[in-house]
Amino acid sequence: MNSRLLSIIRKEFIQIFRDTRTLMLILVIPIMQLFLLGYSATNDVRNIPLAVLDRSRSVESRALLEAYRAADYFRIAYVVDSEAEIEDLIMSGEARAAVIIPPDYAQRLADGNAQIAFLLDGSDPTSASTALSASQLIGQAHALNILLQKFERSGMSLRVQPPVEVRTSVWFNPDLISAHFMIPGVIGMILYAIAAILTATSVVRERERGTIEQLIVTPIRPWELIVGKLTPYVILGFFNTIEVLAVGHWWFGVPIRGDLGLIILLSGVFMVTGLGIGLLASTIANTQQEAMLTVWMTLLPSIFLSGFFFPLEAMPKVLQWISYLMPLRYYLVIIRSLLLKGVGLETIQTDVLAMTLFAVGIMTLAALRFRKRLD
Amino acid sequence: MNNYLVSASHLKKHFGETRAVDDVSLHIRAGEIYGLVGADGAGKTTTIRLLVGALKADAGEVNICGYDINKQTEQARAQFGYLSQRFSLYEDLTVLENIRFFAEVRGLKPNEWLPRCMDILEFVGLEKFTDRKAGQLSGGMKQKLGLASALVTKPRVLLLDEPTTGVDPVTRQDFWQLVIKLASPSPIGRGDRGEGDVAVLISTPYMDEASRCHRVGFMKDGKLIAEDTPSNLRARLNGRVLELRGSPLTLLRHIAHQDEDVEDVQAFGDRLHLRVGEGKAQGVLSRLKSKIRSAGGQVDDLRSVPPVLEDVFIALSSPHLASALEGGTTGGSESK
Repeated sequence: MNSRLLSIIRKEFIQIFRDTRTLMLILVIPIMQLFLLGYSATNDVRNIPLAVLDRSRSVESRALLEAYRAADYFRIAYVVDSEAEIEDLIMSGEARAAVIIPPDYAQRLADGNAQIAFLLDGSDPTSASTALSASQLIGQAHALNILLQKFERSGMSLRVQPPVEVRTSVWFNPDLISAHFMIPGVIGMILYAIAAILTATSVVRERERGTIEQLIVTPIRPWELIVGKLTPYVILGFFNTIEVLAVGHWWFGVPIRGDLGLIILLSGVFMVTGLGIGLLASTIANTQQEAMLTVWMTLLPSIFLSGFFFPLEAMPKVLQWISYLMPLRYYLVIIRSLLLKGVGLETIQTDVLAMTLFAVGIMTLAALRFRKRLD
Repeated sequence: MNNYLVSASHLKKHFGETRAVDDVSLHIRAGEIYGLVGADGAGKTTTIRLLVGALKADAGEVNICGYDINKQTEQARAQFGYLSQRFSLYEDLTVLENIRFFAEVRGLKPNEWLPRCMDILEFVGLEKFTDRKAGQLSGGMKQKLGLASALVTKPRVLLLDEPTTGVDPVTRQDFWQLVIKLASPSPIGRGDRGEGDVAVLISTPYMDEASRCHRVGFMKDGKLIAEDTPSNLRARLNGRVLELRGSPLTLLRHIAHQDEDVEDVQAFGDRLHLRVGEGKAQGVLSRLKSKIRSAGGQVDDLRSVPPVLEDVFIALSSPHLASALEGGTTGGSESK
């Protein structure tokens, strides 16, 4: 083994372990991120505060409200006497939805053409769309029930059944737990951010503190300097991957259905992208702050255009095309497929190929730009 | 092959519009201490950075012990030790860890570096501080550590960029003793610690340090405008420096300035140094005393003194006079 390379790696490790504050950040931040995103970034909507204006005050209207209460999408938070009150509650955000039952509800229900009004605060589209479909489903189910009761009372022994029934069956994440979708994303983001930020700052720090000047005049070859500086962060990155994977699996119950070796190998390939971005940033930035900002500037579009939070299919075509330039996009497909679906390499080979090309391309570009000189 | 360990010819480097180094040629022999002097921004640091290959020259060649710095970079770099102006070792590593790192990356084997490191640390007087972090050393100790790390591979060439700036006088003295020991010829070849016959290039803002060098190169605006032994440089102002003592100093300075043959007046503590035109010393000596007395001042002493390097430095720095004193910039062939 090359002794110059080993010396650089050892020196880098001494510095990492001596800087205990940064080391703690490296070890703790991924877990913090995981808990933050695992719990907060959820689309599971429950307990929407509902305001109720019941002008009918009949047995029938109470039965309808009971149907809304029974489903845990809504909680009846306010019972009011006027539409003005409803407006106030929605304006202030205290109620996110409202039901208005007209005075002639019971009468028209008997005639078979009753209507109710459902108001929804659409300012948060995510919860509003859930609430919208929930309110419709609850209403339809209730209507069907009433219809059935009617037939029974009229003595008809007709068995009513909808002509088509959609029998849903959700694969991979049957309870649709957001955390199962988010945590693989968090792994990708952490790998990328840790690798890029640490690499960039560790190279720029040499320049900032002037130590690069002494390093330059040693017979160290540029590739030895690159490999020597990156190796410790590769090891730290692997540690982080395993750390996040373990907490994700045992705390959040994220399944690991695919081959663990393949997961770690492909995570390693993805990390090369982050290391390359960091190295590239270090050739542009002069201070650690600049390096940090440069990396952040690549991190944000990566997160938003990779399908981390928002489904790519919902994006405008242009953004979908841009998303092909985000290495994180491919890694997210890969890691989600491996963890949740347990697929083999052949299923995800296109994404693996694309990700590998990006890793090699970015690293090559960074290595070519990296100069062992002051100017 | 020539017998120069450092050989640079027609080096040029510009940063934007500024010509930081403009056609500089330098040649340094084994055992020679070469002093590079000049005002801040004259191009000393850039020159040294070009010599070590930390910057790429726009034009010109650098040869260290026969290796071209641009083509045989690694071989050339194995030959020299370099101490940059700014402390450039790792403050979060200990003294020994720093030395070890730089010893190993320069190719010392694991069984070589420890005895070698201890030897060098003893040589520079840091053997008691091996486990102290470099960031906790005093300024002078940091410079000694820098020197130690530059010396660890027994280099034949030593390039020191203002190594004593901000260092106390006692440590400066120590430091110079080390440098002199390294350069002085040793009868039995190079010693165990690598001392003897090392070619040293040292840049310094201090004239007392410049006068310790075998040869001094004076830089101004990126050009090497004068190069000679300290005594030859001083000889350029022979008979042109007068020392004036008396009171009040402001009046003396004022009167001296008014004399048409006085080119420059500099305060040296409680006295003034007057530089006079070529062959004008006698005239100034005869009339200045009476001028001062008639203006109400007192003259204790006025006489011709041998010039010091500082006088030469100041004369070379003044824009309209430098040209008359220049010369001897084409290589070091006339020295020795």
